[in-house]
Amino acid sequence: MEQLIVEATVENLERVTDFIIESLEERNCKPKIIMQMELVIEELFVNVAHYAYKPNVGQCTVQREIEEEPRAITITFIDSGMPYNPLEHEDPDTSLGVEEREIGGLGIFLVKKNVDKITYEHKDGQNVLRLTKLF
Amino acid sequence: MEVKKELQGTTLTVQISGRLDASNAAELTKELNTSLNGVKDLILDFNGLEYVASAGLRVLLTAQKRMNKQGSMKIRNVSDTVMEVLEMTGFADLMNIEQ
Repeated sequence: MEQLIVEATVENLERVTDFIIESLEERNCKPKIIMQMELVIEELFVNVAHYAYKPNVGQCTVQREIEEEPRAITITFIDSGMPYNPLEHEDPDTSLGVEEREIGGLGIFLVKKNVDKITYEHKDGQNVLRLTKLF
Repeated sequence: MEVKKELQGTTLTVQISGRLDASNAAELTKELNTSLNGVKDLILDFNGLEYVASAGLRVLLTAQKRMNKQGSMKIRNVSDTVMEVLEMTGFADLMNIEQ
C-alpha cells in the first residue's frame, strides 16, 4: 500500500489524480477506465476539499493498493473532518425533466456508477471511504 | 479548459475544449452569465472537450434552465467519453445533443 497526504484543497486535485492514475497507466489500463477513475477521484476529493473541514482546511490521506487476479485498484480516502457518509445521499432521479432536476447530488451518483465496490466507515474520528475498481 | 465565444445575431456559439471540472466550472458559469443576455439560441460546441465532471454538469443544467426561458440550447460534437457521462446522469435525454 502506498499513500499520499495532502491538504484537502481543489488546487491539490491534480496531485491526487496523478498519484492514482500513474499506477494504472504503468499497468496499461484502458483509457476508458482511466477516465472513469479520474471522475471518481475528482468527485470524492473535491467533496472533502469543499465540505469536510469547512470553513477551515485540513488533510486528506489517499491510499492506493493494486491487486492481481483479478486486477483491481483499491483507493481509500481518509479525512478527520465532519462525519459524513456520502453513500447515504439519495440518488438523483435521472428520469426527471430539466425544471425538476436539482443541481446537486450528481457527483456521488457518478462515483457509485463507476466503481465495483464502495464502503464508508467512521472510525477513530475519521471518515474512511474505500472503493475498488476492477481493470 | 479553453472557451471561445462567437455571437451572430441572437445565436451564441460557445466552444469549450480541454477539461471541464471543479477547478474551472465557475469560470464557465461566469462566461455564460455575462454573454447570455438577448441570446435566443445557444450552441455549445464540445469539439476538443475530453472530460466533464459533476461541477461541469451543474453549469450545463443551469444554462439549460435559463435557455428554456429565453430560447433554445443545443450541444454538438460530443466525444464518446463525455457522452458516457451525459448518458449515465440522464443528461443525454434532457438536452438537445446533435451527433
